[in-house]
Amino acid sequence: MASKRGGAKVRAERTPAGPDLASSVPWYRLMVLTRRFEDEAERAFRRGKIGGYLHLYSGQEAVAAGFLAAIRADDIFFTAYRDHAHAIFRGTPPQAVMAELFGKQTGVAKGKGGSMHLFDVPRGLYGGYGIVGAHIPLATGAAYALRYQGTDRICLCFLGDGAMNSGSFHEPVNMAAVWGQDGMCPIVYIVENNKYAMGTSVDRSTVVTHLASKFGLHGIENEQVDGQDFLTVRRAAERIVARVRATGRPYAIEAITYRLVGHGAADLFQPYRNKGEVEEWKQRDPIQILERELHRAGVLDDAQVAAIHKEAEEKVAAAIKYAEESPEPPPEELPRDVSAQG
Amino acid sequence: MAQVLTFRDALRATLMEEMDRNPAVVLLGEDIGVYQGTFRITADFLTRFGPKRVIDTPISELGFVGAAVGMAMLGLRPVVEVMTWNFSLLAADQILNNAAKLRYFSGGQVNVPLVIRGPNGAGVQLSAQHSQSLEALYAHFPGLWVVAPATPADARGLLLTALRGKDPVVFLENAALYGAKGEVPDGDAPIPFGQAEIMRRGHDVTIISYSRMVHLALTAAEQLAQTGIEAEVINLRTLRPLDRETLIRSVRRTHRAVVVQEQWRPFGAAAEIAAVIYEGAFDLLDAPVERVTGADVPMPYARNLELLALPHERDIVAAVQRTLYRQ
Repeated sequence: MASKRGGAKVRAERTPAGPDLASSVPWYRLMVLTRRFEDEAERAFRRGKIGGYLHLYSGQEAVAAGFLAAIRADDIFFTAYRDHAHAIFRGTPPQAVMAELFGKQTGVAKGKGGSMHLFDVPRGLYGGYGIVGAHIPLATGAAYALRYQGTDRICLCFLGDGAMNSGSFHEPVNMAAVWGQDGMCPIVYIVENNKYAMGTSVDRSTVVTHLASKFGLHGIENEQVDGQDFLTVRRAAERIVARVRATGRPYAIEAITYRLVGHGAADLFQPYRNKGEVEEWKQRDPIQILERELHRAGVLDDAQVAAIHKEAEEKVAAAIKYAEESPEPPPEELPRDVSAQG
Repeated sequence: MAQVLTFRDALRATLMEEMDRNPAVVLLGEDIGVYQGTFRITADFLTRFGPKRVIDTPISELGFVGAAVGMAMLGLRPVVEVMTWNFSLLAADQILNNAAKLRYFSGGQVNVPLVIRGPNGAGVQLSAQHSQSLEALYAHFPGLWVVAPATPADARGLLLTALRGKDPVVFLENAALYGAKGEVPDGDAPIPFGQAEIMRRGHDVTIISYSRMVHLALTAAEQLAQTGIEAEVINLRTLRPLDRETLIRSVRRTHRAVVVQEQWRPFGAAAEIAAVIYEGAFDLLDAPVERVTGADVPMPYARNLELLALPHERDIVAAVQRTLYRQ
């Protein structure tokens, strides 16, 4: 579903049947798990168990899953505030994520960050940021550091379409291209173009709706991909990650995707889009697309699908229970972690 | 042993030694390499350390300060030169929302060992956009250390501490001090943050300041001595952390205090320092705490107006005399 105005052609890059498909079953399982997680998080929000903002990833799963399936355990990544699935895909226990949303001591950040600031540094997740676009320079500098330290690790930077109109997009991306000339910036910028920056559609905020091409203006190679199709994303990701690892040069991809839910849990009426559009995109639900592919290839049958859904329900129920029963952070926690010294 | 160095050479030598000692130190900034640095703090560094460690950046404060935060998160020890602190406002979100806070909101999972340094305060006829003193802005935010050295020895000792800590440091230099000379101890002697220095002993009044204003305070104290008034002069060296103990102890002895800052009066550093004095020495004060500050106007260009907008020794003398009811 490429943007028509940009004249884009989304790459058709099908994965041949075989080992690739079998190795995608765990990712199907994770996508089902995170969808269930988001649904239950929203219910918990309505029950008043989760405070503040709650931005759900439902509908966009194939993007993060496809890329996180393609990187190594020692690679790192940064993302914005729609970050629950990114953490869980990477192996952060769902109960630790849910406990963070509940503001509990057992959360990934001891209840100090909440939904928008998930961190799991041992697994390479360097946050979780709440200011649109402001994590892009961090990820760019982090990529430089990885090369400076003499490693071949790479950095992924997930960002939304809305971030691309900010100075915090253009400034670091320009620098990444400069550093890339010396092989010093192994980063993949992954634009999750879900069509809307909160309620403002892409075509109401930029004339250049082919977002990938904006990287080209800074001298960074780029492409678009169908962000609803896990196998396509993963295949592209494997190719791009290998290339960035080898060259130390930045690369950008725009994943065309859609958020099937509101911007945040408070976005109930969604006056910026019509129900028909949402219904249309539900036909391209990334979980169903992958399920069909795995079914067709014979690596997943109905019984397994049912079992995976049941397992996800149980895991998320356990995560909710864990979060509910976990203690709040004690008062002594208030001043801790402000500074490393003094 | 000590040698006499300029403020500039104290900074240069300390940076260079630390880069020799620690390969994780990298420098970023505008025109710090090929151009040799606007104020020549990094002259010859590019030749000595190469372009991977001395990174000339585009004019993208948000971009390169943010990138330095990311480098620090991964264990490098970036030192960012802002050509002047005025330009740091372009990177304010990176400093205030990322560098200062991400240790906290990550639950302590990452450190940000970052030093941002450059000249702060008025120069000579640089007018409104290039003459600001931003210390109170940065000192307002938890998660940052704010350092304002007054002497070459401070510059060396405080920079060593900044370069070896684990937290982001706002390192405020003053361009008018770069050529100032002073004794700098040899060897490895970091000055811990939060340790003010009593630059002059006195028993009649305490004058509290930091950065360039310390030198005005010392000159004023010499003039006051000729009229029989002995002022104690405190060089705070760091605003966050603030050495409350030293300044309260001094004021409890002298019973009078004058706080000197270059920045605008409303909501400035002197207001916080005065509040600390009231909290810690109210019962022993013989006069209200006096503030000597810059005029509450954008900095004018004309030299005569600029001089009127900046604190002068005579303002400090007059403030001291008010605390002694001698006017």
